[in-house]
Amino acid sequence: MTRRKWREWTLTLPSMGWLVFFFVLPTFLVALIAFKPRSLGGGIGEGWTMATWLDILQPSYPLVVWRTLWLSAATTALCLLLAIPVAYWLARLSQELRNWMLLLIILPFWTNFLIRIFAWWSLLHSEGCLKHTLVWLGLASPNTQLLYNEWAVLLVLVYTELPFAILPLFASAEKFDFGLLDAARDLGATRFQAFRKVFLPGVRQGMLTAFVVVFIPALGSYAVPEIVGGPTSEMVGNKIAQKVFVDRNLPHASALATLLALVVLLPVIYSIFMRRIKTTQRGGKRS
Amino acid sequence: MSRIRRNSRLPLFVSIFVMVFLYAPILVLVLYSFNDSRYPGAWNGFTLKWYRTLLEAHTVEARDIWRATRNTLTVAFSATLISMVLGTMAAWALYRFRSRLQKFHQALIYAPLVVPDILMGISLLMLFVNLSMKLGLTTIIIAHTTFCISYVALVVFGRLQDFDHTLVDAARDLGANNWNVGRRVLFPLLGPGIIAGGMLAFTLSVDDFVVTFFTSGPGSTTLPVQVYSMMRRGTPTLINALSVIFILVTFSVVIVSQRMIQKRNSTHSRV
Repeated sequence: MTRRKWREWTLTLPSMGWLVFFFVLPTFLVALIAFKPRSLGGGIGEGWTMATWLDILQPSYPLVVWRTLWLSAATTALCLLLAIPVAYWLARLSQELRNWMLLLIILPFWTNFLIRIFAWWSLLHSEGCLKHTLVWLGLASPNTQLLYNEWAVLLVLVYTELPFAILPLFASAEKFDFGLLDAARDLGATRFQAFRKVFLPGVRQGMLTAFVVVFIPALGSYAVPEIVGGPTSEMVGNKIAQKVFVDRNLPHASALATLLALVVLLPVIYSIFMRRIKTTQRGGKRS
Repeated sequence: MSRIRRNSRLPLFVSIFVMVFLYAPILVLVLYSFNDSRYPGAWNGFTLKWYRTLLEAHTVEARDIWRATRNTLTVAFSATLISMVLGTMAAWALYRFRSRLQKFHQALIYAPLVVPDILMGISLLMLFVNLSMKLGLTTIIIAHTTFCISYVALVVFGRLQDFDHTLVDAARDLGANNWNVGRRVLFPLLGPGIIAGGMLAFTLSVDDFVVTFFTSGPGSTTLPVQVYSMMRRGTPTLINALSVIFILVTFSVVIVSQRMIQKRNSTHSRV
């Protein structure tokens, strides 16, 4: 081995070894355990079985999977809907004001994740002030339950994911040449047409990144539906935790996790594919 | 037939709405922390008793919170330190070498960033169960290090993009040995990036709930897990006060570090 090769390996091996052992290996382990029977003590038994997978096809799961998918999709859509105007607004501010506004947007997200969910929990609580206000305004009856339903989960998911949509969109909008919008208007486009046909394609890369960084974590949501959702608004993440901590059925939890991993993998492969196309395009331009 | 074109006000209105949306829950939380009532909702007058209970730590709950705080800091410091070393080495390797090995290495670094917390949590739990490791602070530190490495590597790698490697060669030509190159050239130039990566790792570690929830054992709870179990038991009054202290600390750290970055940028542009 050359000296250079040896240096490369000594620099690479620590992080690579760590990630192979604590990230890649466990991922395959989970996929393997999904084919193991469960032992009586709540552990993993000997031999191999397909029983867990047959179990998963039981009727209650399609509903949970469907809910996970639509809640994640709705979260992503709402985040994009809010983040695009914000990114547009931010990008047109003066440099100094923009930095402060950006800080103001990020600041709430430096508060602890769980504390933010807790804040919503107490706000939506049946004794909370939002409920009292709604009742006072005549918009809700005293029996209305704001917490523990799918809408509460959606609301808080949007709250926790929103900055992850704003940041990549802002990064794209910042590079966007706003003179193009004026040009479109001069050529007779309406304000909305210019926005839709010039600005949106201009920030496409930001939209794509925002989609990936919101949709994937949303699919794996656990804490939000656990706290503000009830038994009727569980997502796949809650089922996994339930199988681990309540039912003590590790193979079952592993099978669910494998399923979730497969669903997550689809947009990842898509985004890698898109990036590959983009880099080949860029490489083509350079040569 | 010229008319003055006005920009749409819609982005402004949406942005104001978003700001209110972002801050409203936090403001309510701060208000509740001064509320003299065990339940959120009814305002029973101003009090500081929740803060007093928390700081005096006479009750079991308050003592649990302080123990969880200690655990959180132990985990965060350890995970940050390990991931700073491993992440910086990884970034340097990615920067210096272009080989098939580094392509694989890079994919490995990026992968944890896109995997949902719960998958990382359960897979590490399965590993620890299979290795018969006792769940506790050690397992939490391992878990946190695993996701922190990627973030540190990414931040340092980003800084390395503007790093001019000829400086190292120049220092070598001028007779500097490895130690001097490291101390006089690499550290001053890369230090800020490594520290920024470390700060990110630290906040991510303190913030983490899901991965910790899966990899912690009895008695080794961190603050987020502690907050969660207090919420479940339905005694959230202390959490309000705790949250406000938490928010104050993080906000001031963020603002101070932001100031530092801005100052450094302005001195940079002057040079």
